[in-house]
Amino acid sequence: MIAIQDASLIFNAGTPNENRVFDAFNLTVKKGEFVTIIGSNGAGKSTLFNLLSGTVMPNTGRILLNGREVTKEPEFKRAKTIGRIFQDPLAGTASNMSLEDNMMVCLKKGFKGLTIGLTQSRRLFFKEQLATLQMGLEERLKDNVGLLSGGQRQALTLLMMVLSTPKLVLLDEHTAALDPRNAEIVLSLTSRFVKEYGLTTLMVTHNMQQAIDLGNRLLMMDAGEVVLDIGAEEKKGLTVEKLVAMFSKIRNKKFTSDEALLSR
Amino acid sequence: MIEGIFVEGLIYGIMALGVFFTFRVLDFPDLTVDGSFPLGAVIMARCIDSGIGLTAGITLAFAGGVAAGAVTALIHNKLKVPHLLAGILTMTMLYSVNIRILGNRANLPLMRKETLLTKATALTHGTLSETWTLLLLFVLVVLVIKVLMDLFFHTDMGLTFGAMGSNTQMVISQGVNPDTYKMIGVGLSNGLVALSGAFAAQYQGFADINLGQGIVVSGLASVMIGEFLIRSTRISMLTLRVIIGAIFYKAIMFLGRYYGYTIHLTPNDLKLVSGVLIIGALVITQMKKPTKGTK
Ligand SMILES: Nc1ncnc2c1ncn2[C@@H]1O[C@H](COP(=O)(O)OP(=O)(O)O)[C@@H](O)[C@H]1O
Ligand SMILES: [Mg+2]
Repeated sequence: MIAIQDASLIFNAGTPNENRVFDAFNLTVKKGEFVTIIGSNGAGKSTLFNLLSGTVMPNTGRILLNGREVTKEPEFKRAKTIGRIFQDPLAGTASNMSLEDNMMVCLKKGFKGLTIGLTQSRRLFFKEQLATLQMGLEERLKDNVGLLSGGQRQALTLLMMVLSTPKLVLLDEHTAALDPRNAEIVLSLTSRFVKEYGLTTLMVTHNMQQAIDLGNRLLMMDAGEVVLDIGAEEKKGLTVEKLVAMFSKIRNKKFTSDEALLSR
Repeated sequence: MIEGIFVEGLIYGIMALGVFFTFRVLDFPDLTVDGSFPLGAVIMARCIDSGIGLTAGITLAFAGGVAAGAVTALIHNKLKVPHLLAGILTMTMLYSVNIRILGNRANLPLMRKETLLTKATALTHGTLSETWTLLLLFVLVVLVIKVLMDLFFHTDMGLTFGAMGSNTQMVISQGVNPDTYKMIGVGLSNGLVALSGAFAAQYQGFADINLGQGIVVSGLASVMIGEFLIRSTRISMLTLRVIIGAIFYKAIMFLGRYYGYTIHLTPNDLKLVSGVLIIGALVITQMKKPTKGTK
């Protein structure tokens, strides 16, 4: 499904601000895997997603998606098979447009022509889909998305992402900016959708317990490297304490994100 | 007199719709307008003068505007030049192009030539006065353009334009190339502007390469006056208020031109008035902003 081969990435190469984020980085993810990713701030988690999405291009190495080389392919082309959700709940929707308009724009990937897709039957379909979120959004098709709460917007973004049938899903701390109750709702929607649609998913979280509870593979990243790669079996008996201990042993330093420990 | 304000407002309203598309929908401040407005005028005038025909003139004017806009977007996309500079480049180049189109002249009168306007007045001769005929004609023309534009913004492409202005990342994530859309959007916008120029030339009875000077500012002022007068997020209201804004703008300019002398304004001061009008609108929106967050 995904293969990153010997990728290196240097920001501001040749300047005093040179920053080598990845060096001979390798990662493969199989179809149907649900991978949770943890790691301290600046470990390169978001940059990994940027590499996969084509927001940044690697200096060397290759990136394959679905067995196809996409190393140099621009972001908008790759986006046809990728569903990406950001931490900022405002990032996935257009505030100045109605729910139904947003859903129409996100329904199908690719170039949009001069057809009027927002028909009465489409609206009905959108209503049915919104009802599954159980947030009462099915009554608010004509409301501007700017009127929704962060949690509602992120849930909507998640739903729209799923409806566009991506082959690969990238979730970058997509519940971190929400209050605990909304975070819980969006998270359970996430697991439901991933199961229901059998989505190949990479999910970055700062919450270690979450990373342990969800998914069937866990990666821990530090300084541009995958320092721990834990499969489904091993993951079952895992606790936050064990995870922190494993990290200290490998890296010979304390896990830097206090937040990760606190938010168990 | 008042009919004249309406007719001019409607003609310039088409241009303001184009400005609305780039400045407000696309968030692409496009200055090509100052060149594409006279481009439409000179293409139209040349087609009338040489007898190529009215339909061809209008079609070619629109196409010329689209091409001009596409060039601006192309410069911006490919050379990573800021919007404003890309627009200024095209606008400057168009100045020379427009002179060429007019046959190395700075203006071309259309006296005693058949235009869309003379055709319309001939048609209603004896039943309607000339001013009312023109008013009716341009109400119809602008109505058709407005309805087409409203329809356009209801298509999947139109909705995507709406999303792109406020959240480009979202549109990229949908697998849409924003560069292509900018070309289409800035192109269509300048197509409208050139169309407006084509009508303006026929209304004034001549084409002049300086017709476009400061036109983008008047378009922007019209858009802002419209926003000031009507609050809405419905697209049909958004396009309507641009047209109403353009008519109000023409009325203000008319007042300045004919009654400005009472406060010692001369016609030369009108550009200053336009600028102050925009600054005023900006100040008002700035003052409204903080109250929004604290409510
Ligand atoms: N566009 C960029 N330009 C320069 N440096 C960047 C850029 N994006 C990320 N970085 C650097 O890459 C490193 C990894 O950042 P990031 O992937 O955001 O970490 P995180 O794991 O917290 O998501 C950081 O040192 C960051 O400063
Ligand atoms: Mg990050």
